[in-house]
Amino acid sequence: MTMIQALRSAQDVMMERDDNVVVFGQDVGYFGGVFRVTEGLQKKYGKSRVFDAPISESGIVGAAIGMAAYGLRPCIEIQFADYIYPAYDQIVSEAARLRFRSAGDFTAPLTIRTPCGGGIYGGQTHSQSPEAVFAHVCGLRTVMPSNPYDAKGLLISAIENDDPVIFLEPKRLYNGPFDGHHDRPVVPWSQHPMGEVPEGYYNVPLDKAAIFRPGAELTVLAYGTMVWVCEAAAREAGIDAEIIDLRSLWPLDLATIVESVKKTGRCVVVHEATRTCGFGAELVSLVQEHCFYHLEAPIERVTGWDTPYPHAQEWAYFPGPARVAQAFKRTLEA
Amino acid sequence: MSKDQALRLHVPEPTGRPGCATDFSYLRVSPAGSVRKPPVDVLPMDTRDIAYSLVRVLDDDGNAVGQWAPELSIDQMRAGLRTMLQTRIFDARMLTAQRQKKMSFYMQSLGEEAIGTAQALALRPDDMCFPTYRQQSILLQRGYPMVDMICQLMSNERDPLKGRQLPVMYSVKEKGFFSISGNLATQYIQAVGWAMASAIKGDTRIASAWIGDGATAEADFDTGLTFAHVYSAPVILNVVNNQWAISTFQAIAGGENTTFAARGVGCGIASLRVDGNDFLAVYAASCWAAERARNNLGPTLIEWVTYRAGPHSTSDDPSKYRPADEWNSFPLGDPIGRLKRHLITLGAWSEKEHEETHKALEAEVIAAQKEAEQYGTLATGHVFSPAQMFEDVYKDMPEHLRVQRQQLGI
Repeated sequence: MTMIQALRSAQDVMMERDDNVVVFGQDVGYFGGVFRVTEGLQKKYGKSRVFDAPISESGIVGAAIGMAAYGLRPCIEIQFADYIYPAYDQIVSEAARLRFRSAGDFTAPLTIRTPCGGGIYGGQTHSQSPEAVFAHVCGLRTVMPSNPYDAKGLLISAIENDDPVIFLEPKRLYNGPFDGHHDRPVVPWSQHPMGEVPEGYYNVPLDKAAIFRPGAELTVLAYGTMVWVCEAAAREAGIDAEIIDLRSLWPLDLATIVESVKKTGRCVVVHEATRTCGFGAELVSLVQEHCFYHLEAPIERVTGWDTPYPHAQEWAYFPGPARVAQAFKRTLEA
Repeated sequence: MSKDQALRLHVPEPTGRPGCATDFSYLRVSPAGSVRKPPVDVLPMDTRDIAYSLVRVLDDDGNAVGQWAPELSIDQMRAGLRTMLQTRIFDARMLTAQRQKKMSFYMQSLGEEAIGTAQALALRPDDMCFPTYRQQSILLQRGYPMVDMICQLMSNERDPLKGRQLPVMYSVKEKGFFSISGNLATQYIQAVGWAMASAIKGDTRIASAWIGDGATAEADFDTGLTFAHVYSAPVILNVVNNQWAISTFQAIAGGENTTFAARGVGCGIASLRVDGNDFLAVYAASCWAAERARNNLGPTLIEWVTYRAGPHSTSDDPSKYRPADEWNSFPLGDPIGRLKRHLITLGAWSEKEHEETHKALEAEVIAAQKEAEQYGTLATGHVFSPAQMFEDVYKDMPEHLRVQRQQLGI
């Protein structure tokens, strides 16, 4: 399966298993989504469970919170992560806090799916990676898969989870892995082992990172598209990097991170999002707090620049394998 | 060649400011009984005239007149009057408790008691209300114990919300009273979502959404209207127009030369503009809207015209921005006085009974407060353990919160 098919399959499985799962968002009904992630679901489950929504992000999230308070389990879509901001009040002030402020009287078990990330000539409003603005919010879970197998298993876990989950989908990875070499043809998921996805139910637990590539020389903390970029950078530079795919950004799998950095003594954090107050800053802090006496070099960050995402300058902005490999080398030489 | 005039910014102002009287002619009050009652399956666009007039039942002599006069038993009216009185006495008592520093904050609903009370009477107990911070009358009409309310207000050891919420931000699921949020208007679209869920599941319950005049300017008001219309959601969209949003007159919320009910018509929602201080009109309009919703005829928007007789909150001083005696000249009067007069006219109430009920309710509120105070107040420090603040952030406490709780030494 492609990541698109895997995400569709996750929703299909969950709608089949649980009558309370409903899917809605802009263009997700009849048309099946602008990225085809909900294709065929309305035909199979009917319009009362899969339906189109008005172009109103706060409306989509706000209505879903009301449905969740009723007892449904909405899995909703915001067409691009860049357009999630009108729903920020509903997400931060309502979904994230409902359980706490009502002492468990009301809860918001909803999943907000949204395509994120760049590397597609998406320009300013089709490329952003806003994970840090959600990881900062207490009460939310923020998740990002990097391959079809995880995408399906994590989305099933997100829908089943009783906390609100921000489910970020790197659209650059929808059809195949992408290592940042934009000049080379993209290999489809059908030719990659991680494109092998079971048809039925399975889950990938939240709060658990994956060792994407075991290594001894340095620890790389990454997620989404950057996992593939880091893998290419390590391979091409001949560096034995241990690449950790965080999968769940917050709450995260601190034990796996700490164990790895204590072993390697070096750490590089890589994300597409802008640097200042990005999620990388939290990762750097955690590693510094927990691994200080094991560190043999300063922790490096390779990130998007502190600018809006440009169009023509896509590959100067996107942290590609060359920039990542340079950081690996600096860290090893320090 | 004509010279263009310089453009001028229009900033609405209330006619009345401290020291000068308000001209209430802007309310365009219709005589009691003069507005027609359409069938419940009316097309939304055919409610246009009602959205620009005012549904009223009780005339100045306390008689129920016109097509909207509801079939309401004496017992129900007496129960409604009792709840309105209870709400007012409760508010007055809590205001005093706040001044005595037994609680940090309070918000009265003085003058608006009829709206929540009569709608609660028109709804079924399991219909879900999505209130603002000024619909305490719904809780009282639904029989929620005052002791529990006061424990929340005092954030004490028996506070159902464990001291996490500002006073007045109640949450009572078993009474169909959704968790109140400080963020305005957010609950409006949530109510629509709840109603959509009820429709998705083929349920028979409906939702009741609440918002003030000022908060209609928030985006979630329009969002709620759009979704309610698009999905024909079984919801009553209440707009409580009490003329004031803290210090801001309703004209600056967009009420000048129009009505909030008209917004509903513009969105394709059947809309009524109703005398919010007329208990019988509130009950009748609420029943009409509930019947529409229950029969899959779609949402109804109701603008309740009333007056915020008290300060916005215990942190507010209205004498700084409006005439001190403005409520006395408000054309729709006092909801308690008006229903009382009607019941007396019917021979179903008396001054003596009113006085006795008042006394009995006062004693009940005092007793409830005494009981609640046994469980502590914010001032006495009898509050939930700080360990509780790490609970319920997530369903299960994640590792980082476990660590933070340990760091607090508890």
